[in-house]
Amino acid sequence: MVRITITLLGLLLSLLHGFGQQFSIDSTKLYEKRTLTLEEANIVTSLYHQTGVHSAVTGGIGSEKLTDFANVIDLKLSKTVSPGIKHSYIAEMGVDYYSSASSDQIDYRVSSASSQDVRFYPSVQFKRENGLTGKTIGGNLAFSKEYDYTSFGFGGQFVKLSASKNTEWGIRTNVFLDSYLKFLPTEFRTGLPGRQDRKGQAGSSARNTFDVSIHLAQVLSKRMHVAITSDISYQQGFLSTPFHRVYLSDGSLKLETLPGQRLKLPVSLRGAFFVGEKVVLRPYYRYYMDSWGILSHTFQMEMPIKVSNSFSLAPFYRGYVQKGTKYFAPYKETEASASFFTSDYDLSTFQSHFFGLGIRHTPFKHLLSMFSISEVELRSGYYMRSDGMNAWIVTLHVQFRQL
Amino acid sequence: MKQSFGMNFVQALVYILFTTLLLSSCAGSGIFNRSYLDDADMTLSMRKMEKSEMSFQLYREGSAGATGGKSGGGCGCN
Repeated sequence: MVRITITLLGLLLSLLHGFGQQFSIDSTKLYEKRTLTLEEANIVTSLYHQTGVHSAVTGGIGSEKLTDFANVIDLKLSKTVSPGIKHSYIAEMGVDYYSSASSDQIDYRVSSASSQDVRFYPSVQFKRENGLTGKTIGGNLAFSKEYDYTSFGFGGQFVKLSASKNTEWGIRTNVFLDSYLKFLPTEFRTGLPGRQDRKGQAGSSARNTFDVSIHLAQVLSKRMHVAITSDISYQQGFLSTPFHRVYLSDGSLKLETLPGQRLKLPVSLRGAFFVGEKVVLRPYYRYYMDSWGILSHTFQMEMPIKVSNSFSLAPFYRGYVQKGTKYFAPYKETEASASFFTSDYDLSTFQSHFFGLGIRHTPFKHLLSMFSISEVELRSGYYMRSDGMNAWIVTLHVQFRQL
Repeated sequence: MKQSFGMNFVQALVYILFTTLLLSSCAGSGIFNRSYLDDADMTLSMRKMEKSEMSFQLYREGSAGATGGKSGGGCGCN
């Protein structure tokens, strides 16, 4: 009897130990920070330069030389409000400085090598993540301002992660209420009121965009997962560029004129596969179609290779094929009877190749005993378009994490 | 002998019962080991560098969207 009792007691203690992972007090939860803390900060800076000979400002001919220096900083703050419930706030500020040879050709009377402008674009985002139910809801506000373009944007999202964490689906919506200040080319400035004539302003027009995006991500094995994303985007309002010239076949000159509505339907498939112990494959494919007749295929492959525990190299290639809009025609090939027309080669039929290399280092170097540099990445790429436009871009990303 | 056998059988039965309950406390086999999936290079969303590059693609190409970012609007791009 005593032996049975001791045996049963021993088994009971073993049973409690076995279920320990479910019922023991998780000491980490006692120490989850309930104050708002800076979790992560990112700085991304890039330099972009392009050349080409089909500027839309001068009717499909002329220099497309442009340089853009972009800087974005974002801060992520988070707070655990109750066990399993986390609030995140992301504040982002971007500033772009760009100079463009073609912009200087809007007004022939002003002589200079190029025109410059600055664009700044702050945004804030809020997310509420419930680790118990796997549900995340969030919202965002965005603003963008450059000399002739102002944008107000807002949106929301809902994401559901399965209990096994192998399946995730989500829906996101965005609305952009934009205003385009119309600066006209020199030839179209006669007849404007005095002050407007000098600057070439012809009032402003609205451009509104409504996006809905749904995605589904699925784990296929312990080494691979994929995601499919489908968007519906509807734009309405003034969708032309007010300073783009179009020379017709009869020699006359008009302003670019495009329809006031546009429906876009892109769908993409993205995957990530861990091959062996050191190589990852990240393929991406997108099919796109819209109501202006543009069709495109995008294929991209990135292959990060882990050279060591803290260094990885990531060569990449992106191929793009576009069938242009039915409204496009080159310089002096637009029929006089056309209702809508453009000579913007960005909307024409072309193929492009974009390839390069990224180097990533994860130093986890401590700074001031509060933060660590968790990631430094440098990436460079060269872009070639079949109409002769070429560009290169160099991007640097530094990430800081709180210790 | 009989009495000894009877006690051993009961003990064995108790051992089997508690062992079965013990094993049921482990995580289900449907949850994958995520050491590969959680690697930074395995992300299914656009990384910061890619977002920066997408910016020039929005201006220089006629298509946009299905990237986890916007499909248009917010800029004087396509």
